Amino acid sequence: MEEKNIYKPYLMRVEKITLEAPGVRTFRLKFENEEEANAFEFKAGQFGEYSVIGEGESTFCIASSPTRKGYIECTYREAGRVTSALAKCEEGDVVGFRGPYGNTFPIDEWKGKSLLFIAGGIALPPMRCVIWNALDTRENFKDVTILYGAKNVGDLVYKNELADWEARPDVKLITTVDPGGQTPDWKGEVGFVPAVLEKAAPSSENTVAIVCGPPIMIKFTLPVLEKLGFTEDTIYTTLENRMKCGFGKCGRCNCGPVYVCKDGPVFSYKQLKALPDEY
Amino acid sequence: MTIEKYLVKKTSLPVLFDKIKASGKVVKAPKKKSHTTDFADVASFSEVTDDYIVTTQSAKSVAFPRVEKLFNYVKSKDGVQITDYALNAIPEVVMWGVRPCDAAGFDPLNAIFTWDINDVIFTTKLKKTTIIGFSCQNADENCFCTSVGGNPGSTQGSDILFTKLSSGDYLAEVISEKGKAIQALAPELFEAAPSEDKEQNLAKVDVKFTKEIIKEKVDKYFESDVWKEQAQRCIGCGTCAFVCPTCACFDIQDENHGKNGHRIRTWDSCCFSQFTLHTSGHNPRPTQDRRWRQRIMHKFSYMPDRINVYGCVGCGRCSRACPVDMNIAEHLTNISKM
Repeated sequence: MEEKNIYKPYLMRVEKITLEAPGVRTFRLKFENEEEANAFEFKAGQFGEYSVIGEGESTFCIASSPTRKGYIECTYREAGRVTSALAKCEEGDVVGFRGPYGNTFPIDEWKGKSLLFIAGGIALPPMRCVIWNALDTRENFKDVTILYGAKNVGDLVYKNELADWEARPDVKLITTVDPGGQTPDWKGEVGFVPAVLEKAAPSSENTVAIVCGPPIMIKFTLPVLEKLGFTEDTIYTTLENRMKCGFGKCGRCNCGPVYVCKDGPVFSYKQLKALPDEY
Repeated sequence: MTIEKYLVKKTSLPVLFDKIKASGKVVKAPKKKSHTTDFADVASFSEVTDDYIVTTQSAKSVAFPRVEKLFNYVKSKDGVQITDYALNAIPEVVMWGVRPCDAAGFDPLNAIFTWDINDVIFTTKLKKTTIIGFSCQNADENCFCTSVGGNPGSTQGSDILFTKLSSGDYLAEVISEKGKAIQALAPELFEAAPSEDKEQNLAKVDVKFTKEIIKEKVDKYFESDVWKEQAQRCIGCGTCAFVCPTCACFDIQDENHGKNGHRIRTWDSCCFSQFTLHTSGHNPRPTQDRRWRQRIMHKFSYMPDRINVYGCVGCGRCSRACPVDMNIAEHLTNISKM
């Protein structure tokens, strides 16, 4: 067995900070230690424990794609003690990172299929890794559709990337904001994600749907997907239970016989249906 | 190894104790302190008590203490320096006077800390721990080891197990290599095995149910009012988890002293309302009955399903310590009859 302290984080330098939306920032992190950098590998869907030393750890997905080497990115909203401390970090500061943990999106199994990404609000980051992973290996997939909604225009994250995706001929991007959240020059849709999805009515033929968002959005989106012909094993999501250790010991993310940190965070709708309503 | 049996005279016990202390190992033994009895450093054998059903706190702290410093750090202008956990500084510890239920409790703990990824801090501590068990001559109404696969004279988890005989002398069962190492400190004290039967010198603990029946029932009655009925009085204080020899749920926090500090792992409990609370305010287990159900399901369904071991050894501490008199043996008995 490995004789390494599993709680000891890598030290990583904040290389770049991007303010995505009010209180929402993306950090690009680089390993302080070159050996660690070379040995580090991850896959789309995995997460980690990020820390400001002295303030504690917080769990987020790795928001960058494994196809982009040499760094990882995370996007977080300033909310609690750790994320508030992260928000005070400047470029050049050192933070802690443990990971990668958890399972991955089965992107290899999706070869030859069309992909439909549906995200709400701050739930685009956990999907961004797999979106870029798919776009960087675009030849492996048929149609790629991204439906992204937020409360208002200001809350949309990754605005530069949304513009990139919009401009790409091989991506169909639909953006929407909740009624009342639009600005005078807003050109996207106005409406809640499930309604916009129903109107856009993407084909379910040979297509995998990846859904991530607040529980209420997921709740109303799943029936629409089923109406469009998606089945419980062609819909995937990623859960965001509270975690501390990340490796199935602290007990926090246990839901039925499943540990979200080990068996997830990626689940098919079929797997999700088998879980008790405790996520 | 096969278990070897010996007689150790009543008068030899303090001698053996002193030999172990003299060997340089850290010795922790049950010591009375106002209304509690707990494993503590003792100056001499005269401070060791044998007057306890079980100790107030379980023996688990030896490998999984209430607060574990995972690593130290120093923050400065130039960044952060981390000093890793000093695994080689972990001392050899002898736990003297461990009851068979507590000794059995290290199995589920070990399963949690080693499945899939090895928690080297826990496993190194456990590896360096020798368990000297003492069978139970007395039990109280809260004891239910026999309902969850244990018994008052079980050798499971102990390295040596002493059982007091009618003469006042002891049957010593040497169970493991670590036990042999203790015997080797004073081989002359380990005399030819007594003829007296061990069983007649053990406490009687009635079987109330079996753990397999509890598993079958809780899997079947996940959706049931029984959880609400049983948890109605629960105040979510987490005491049951803190005295439990198998509860392993923990929190991770940073503790600062100026620019220095350490990341610590502390005991936590699934019965606390904030245990699963998301930053958004969403709580997957928002009510106390769901948290009580989680406690029982985790111990009697999820653990056997995932790591092939039950998370209860029947010590009864949770019932003794509960400030609102929730009695787990009674609740489990009722579940077994559903």
